[in-house]
Amino acid sequence: MNGSMTVLRILPEIIFTLTGVAIMLIDPVMPKQASRKPLGWLAAFGALAALIASLYQYSLPVGTAYFGVVQTDAFSVFFHVLISGIILVSALVVLDAVHPDTESLGELFALMSFGAVGMLLMTSGVELLLVFIGLEISSISTYILAGFRRKTAKSPESALKYFLLGSFATAFFLYGIALTYGATGTTRITDIAAGLATSHALPIAVVGLAFIVIGLAFKVSAAPFHLWTPDVYEGAPSPIVGLMSTAPKAAAFAVLLRIAYEAFPQLQNHWMPLLWILAAVSMTIGNLGALRQKNVKRMLAYSSIAHAGYLLVAFTVLSTDGVAAASFYAVAYAVMNVGIFAVISHAGGYEDRLTLIEDYKGLAYRSPLLGGVMAFFLLSLIGIPFTGGFFGKFYVFAAAIHSGMIWLAIIGLLNSGIAVFYYLRVLTATYTKPMDSSPVLNVPRVSAPLCLAMALTVAVTLVLGIIPGRVLSMARHAAETFPVFSTQQTPVPGTASAVMAAINTKAR
Amino acid sequence: MHLVLFFIFGGFCVAGALNLLLQRHPINSALSLIVVMTSLAVLYLLLGAEFLAAVQVIVYSGAIMVLFTFVIMLLNAQREERTHGSRAAYILGFPGAAALFALLTFIFISNGKSLGFAVLGPDMVSTSQLSSVLFRDLLLPFEVTSVLILIAILGAVALARHHEPHKDESKTQGKER
Repeated sequence: MNGSMTVLRILPEIIFTLTGVAIMLIDPVMPKQASRKPLGWLAAFGALAALIASLYQYSLPVGTAYFGVVQTDAFSVFFHVLISGIILVSALVVLDAVHPDTESLGELFALMSFGAVGMLLMTSGVELLLVFIGLEISSISTYILAGFRRKTAKSPESALKYFLLGSFATAFFLYGIALTYGATGTTRITDIAAGLATSHALPIAVVGLAFIVIGLAFKVSAAPFHLWTPDVYEGAPSPIVGLMSTAPKAAAFAVLLRIAYEAFPQLQNHWMPLLWILAAVSMTIGNLGALRQKNVKRMLAYSSIAHAGYLLVAFTVLSTDGVAAASFYAVAYAVMNVGIFAVISHAGGYEDRLTLIEDYKGLAYRSPLLGGVMAFFLLSLIGIPFTGGFFGKFYVFAAAIHSGMIWLAIIGLLNSGIAVFYYLRVLTATYTKPMDSSPVLNVPRVSAPLCLAMALTVAVTLVLGIIPGRVLSMARHAAETFPVFSTQQTPVPGTASAVMAAINTKAR
Repeated sequence: MHLVLFFIFGGFCVAGALNLLLQRHPINSALSLIVVMTSLAVLYLLLGAEFLAAVQVIVYSGAIMVLFTFVIMLLNAQREERTHGSRAAYILGFPGAAALFALLTFIFISNGKSLGFAVLGPDMVSTSQLSSVLFRDLLLPFEVTSVLILIAILGAVALARHHEPHKDESKTQGKER
C-alpha cells in the first residue's frame, strides 16, 4: 500500500482532528479574561483547509485505505465537501453570535471540529464499526453542544433528553450491525451484499437492516422518531442548531444511502416500503406540526422533519436519479437551513432574545439586510424557483414520478403546499411594521464573519437555483459509485432524466 | 457440563439485567450490572475466549463498575421518584420491550437451523489473532476511538465546570424568564 496515499484518503479528518487538538491546547494557555474569538477563527480556517482537502480528494483515484476501512470515491468526497462547508459557515455564525465572554467558548469550537471528524468518517467509512464510531463522535458532540446554554434550564434539559433518546437509538443501530454480522458474517459494507447472496438466514438480516434504519431515522429526525427534535432545537443555542440540523443529518443520510444501496440492494423489496412509510409520515407530521408552532425555532424543527421526509422520498427511487436527487437535496437543504439559522442567531443572539414569530415583526425595517436574507431563505425553504430549494424538490419529485411513486409524489406536493403557510407567516411578520407600543427590536450590528457566512450561503443557494447542472452532475457521479448502478443499465430516459439531461447541457 | 454452566450463568445474566431495571435505588442497579458483566465473562470463557473473558472482568466488572459505584456514592443518589412520566413509560415500555423480545425470539428460533454453530477455535480468539484484528484490520476505528473518548472528556469538563457568576448574571436570567 502506498503510504502517502493512505494519509491523503483521510486528510480532511486529520485536519479537523489537528484543529480540534490545537484549539484544546491553546485555550487553557490564553489569559483568562482574553476573548476566545481567535479560537473560532482557527476553527474556521481548519474547516476551510478541510474543505480544500476534500476538493483535492476528487483527484484521488477511487480506492480504500487502512485495510479497506475507509473508501474515497465520488460519493464520500461529495459529502466531505458538504460537511466541511457546513462546519466552516457554522464556525463563522458562532463567531458572530457569541459574546467574547461566553463560557466554555474554546470547548465549543473544539467540539465542533472533533464532531466533524466523526461525520466525515461516517460518509467515507465502508466498515460498519467505523461508521458506528463516527456516528457516536458526531452524536456525542451534538449532545454536548445542545446543552451549552447553561444559564437557562431549557438547554441542559434538551441536551439530556437528546442524550437519552439518542443513546437508545444508537443501541438499535449497534444491534442492527450485530444481527447483520450474524446473518452475513461480515461488517464490511462492500462485502455484505455478497454475504447476503449466500446467507441462509435472510430474516435475521432483514431485522438487522430494520434496526439500522430505526437508528439512522432517529438521527435524521424522521417521523415517528422525531419527538426529540422540537425540544432540542428550542433549547440549544441557535448557531449550534444551524449546525446540528444539517451536518450530522447529511452524514446520517449518506450512511443510509450507502447501507441501503451498497450493502442491502438484494433486500430492496423490504426496505423500500419501510422508507416509503417513513417519508410519507415525516412529511405529513412535520408540516402539520409546523403549522401549529408559535416559536420560530420549534417551527423550523418541524420543518426539518418535513425536509427529512422529502429527502427520504428520493430513497424510494431505485436508480441513480434517486441517489443523485437525495444528494442534491441534502446540499440544498443544508445550505438554506444553515443560512436561515445564521440570521436567527444574529437577530436572537446566543441567549435567544427573540423566540416567537411575533418577535420578528419589523426585522426588515430594523435591518433591511437581515430581513432580506431571511426572506430569501424562507422562499428557498418553500421551494420558489431560482433558489436551491426549488431544484431540490423538483429533482426529488421528478425522480419519484418517473419511477412510478405517484402517490408519494402527490403526498409530497400537497405537503409542500401546506408548508407555504407557515413559512409565509414568518415572512409577513418580518415585513410587518411593528406597532408603536411594541418594544423596539434591538438588532446588533452585522459583523464581518456573519456577512461572510450569509454571502456564502446565499451565493450557494443562488447557484443551486440558477445553474444546478454542475452540482447535479457531481451528485450523479457520486451516485454512480454504487456497484448496483454500474452493473445494471439505467432505465430508458423518461421525463425526469430527459429534463435533467436538458438542464445539464444548458448549464454547460 | 458446558450446557449446564451456560444455563446457570445465562440465567444469572438475564436475572441481573431484569433486577437492574426493576430496582429503584441506583446502587442496587449498579450492583446488578456487576452481576451481568461477570456472568458475561463466564459466557465468553465457555465460548473459548479466555482473553476476552479476562478483559471483561478486569475492565468492565473491575474498573468501570467500581467507578460507577463510586460516582453514585459520591453523588449520594437517592431512590428514584415515580413521576407521571415514568408511569407512562411503564405502560408503553413494557409492551414495547415484550414485542421486541417476541420478534427477536421468533426470528432466532425460526432461523435456528440455518444458523448452525459457531466454533471459536484458538485461531479466532487467541490474543495474537485478536491483536491482529485490532491493530491491523481495524486500526483506524481503534485510533478514532481516542477522538471519541477525548470529546467525552472535553464535554464532561465543559458541562460540569463551575463558572464564577458574572456581574450581570442575575440580570440576564431575569430577562430570560
